[in-house]
Amino acid sequence: MIFRLPESSTEVVKSKRNGLFVVTIACLAIFVVMVCLLILADIFYLMHWGVGLKKLGQILSSPQVLDCLRRSFVTSIIALLLILMTAVPVGYALSRYRFFGHSIINTFIDMPIVLPPVVLGISLLAFFGSPLGHWIKVGLQHYGISLVSSLGIVMCQYIVSVSYCIRAVKASFDNVDRRLEHAALTLGCSQFQTFRWVTIPLARNGLIAGGIMAWARAIGVFGPLMVFVGTGSRVQVMPTNMWLELNVGNIETALVVALITMTIASIALVVAHFLAPGRKWS
Amino acid sequence: MLKLDHISLKAGDFTVDDVDLTVASKEYFVLMGPTGSGKSLLVKAVCGILPVQSGTICIDGNDVTDLEPGKRQVGYVPQNSSLFPHLSVLDNILFPLKVRKLPKKKAMSNIEPVIEALGIGSLLSRSTVNLSGGEQQKVALARALSFNPKLLMLDEPVSALDEPTRCEICGLLKRIQQDFSIATVHICHNLEEARIVSDRIAVIADGRIAQIDTLKNLMDKPKANVVKKILRLAD
Repeated sequence: MIFRLPESSTEVVKSKRNGLFVVTIACLAIFVVMVCLLILADIFYLMHWGVGLKKLGQILSSPQVLDCLRRSFVTSIIALLLILMTAVPVGYALSRYRFFGHSIINTFIDMPIVLPPVVLGISLLAFFGSPLGHWIKVGLQHYGISLVSSLGIVMCQYIVSVSYCIRAVKASFDNVDRRLEHAALTLGCSQFQTFRWVTIPLARNGLIAGGIMAWARAIGVFGPLMVFVGTGSRVQVMPTNMWLELNVGNIETALVVALITMTIASIALVVAHFLAPGRKWS
Repeated sequence: MLKLDHISLKAGDFTVDDVDLTVASKEYFVLMGPTGSGKSLLVKAVCGILPVQSGTICIDGNDVTDLEPGKRQVGYVPQNSSLFPHLSVLDNILFPLKVRKLPKKKAMSNIEPVIEALGIGSLLSRSTVNLSGGEQQKVALARALSFNPKLLMLDEPVSALDEPTRCEICGLLKRIQQDFSIATVHICHNLEEARIVSDRIAVIADGRIAQIDTLKNLMDKPKANVVKKILRLAD
């Protein structure tokens, strides 16, 4: 086997087939095969039950599936906008400033990543059961807005995904050379102009990659939705629709929706990988 | 043009202590000292990137100690040129004028003499990423001069270049400084560099100024061992 040494060297070497090489490459191969098998299993299952292109088209054009797809896209795009509005300033503050409690807050940001998603749903329920949350809920109801609606879906998607985006955005700001920002300051820029004209353009790829990762996460949120907004027809999105279809034994529809979700996730991953700072497509 | 009065500043554990110096208008002033002597910190303080603990910085008679960097009218060329990689050479040079909201036509006529003096007309449409070290420094110098600063601060502008390019750029720097009649502070730790460009030299060591004088006087009457060492006069 032939491979290239990383970045610093362009020399092509013949690999020594030592034990470590064999073990690690074998693990890699097993993992890749496992992921491919999971995807292929869905496709074979559909073929086994005679779900051809015609049936696929029927399922995809059914009002219920189309409604879920539309709701998933609309809510996740709104969630993404809110996530970016949070992640860009928060990521910048964490990257550029050192303040009292910085380390604790930096760790705390990761909390939604490590918590089981369903816990976040329970926390949302608990919050809107508290006096402050109740006051907000009543205020919203006054204007005819219910939490068991697209608003609740957006809340769940936001709370589960925002940390992923903050982490990615912070990393891309960390990668921007501070000396370029200093140069911009001496050339007449204010702090905000430096941020707008130098930092953001240089961190752009990382910001887009972080946004895509967060969006892919948001569109797949399930646990908190089950707890916080339930599975009513007005609040069904792709993951909850899959679960409902499985429950009523309609596995073909569930698998078709699963394949759509997988396709979206795969495209998002490829784009995010391509744009991530410091990564080269190879 | 530049007056530092009892300047003290701190960066980590290192301290620059009680620095006094004056640079006359149209003077080419060189700051020499070993690595880690505080030269770059002093330049950053003058540019406003690093805050001072005490003392005052005056440029053209105005106290700029607490002024933000962009309002000090200082053209700064850092060691690695720090060109913006997302902008072309022309957009880099126009950047300070864009910040000042100058119309494009006026901005272009402003930068023309600078581009001509530096001979970089053929580079304008290129990306900064593919420029040679010497070309990068010329573009960085053009960018620093484009908004007619009162003072030019050059932080080891040629240290990353090979010997022939270094001499060529030093000659160019001296010519530009004379053509534009601009007070210039140039950091280096190379005697040849200082010989080509300097009107006067300050030798700095351990965050303190050891001696300020012309190169000839420093060579004839060095007052401290560090001066002898820097000028390669030590035994």
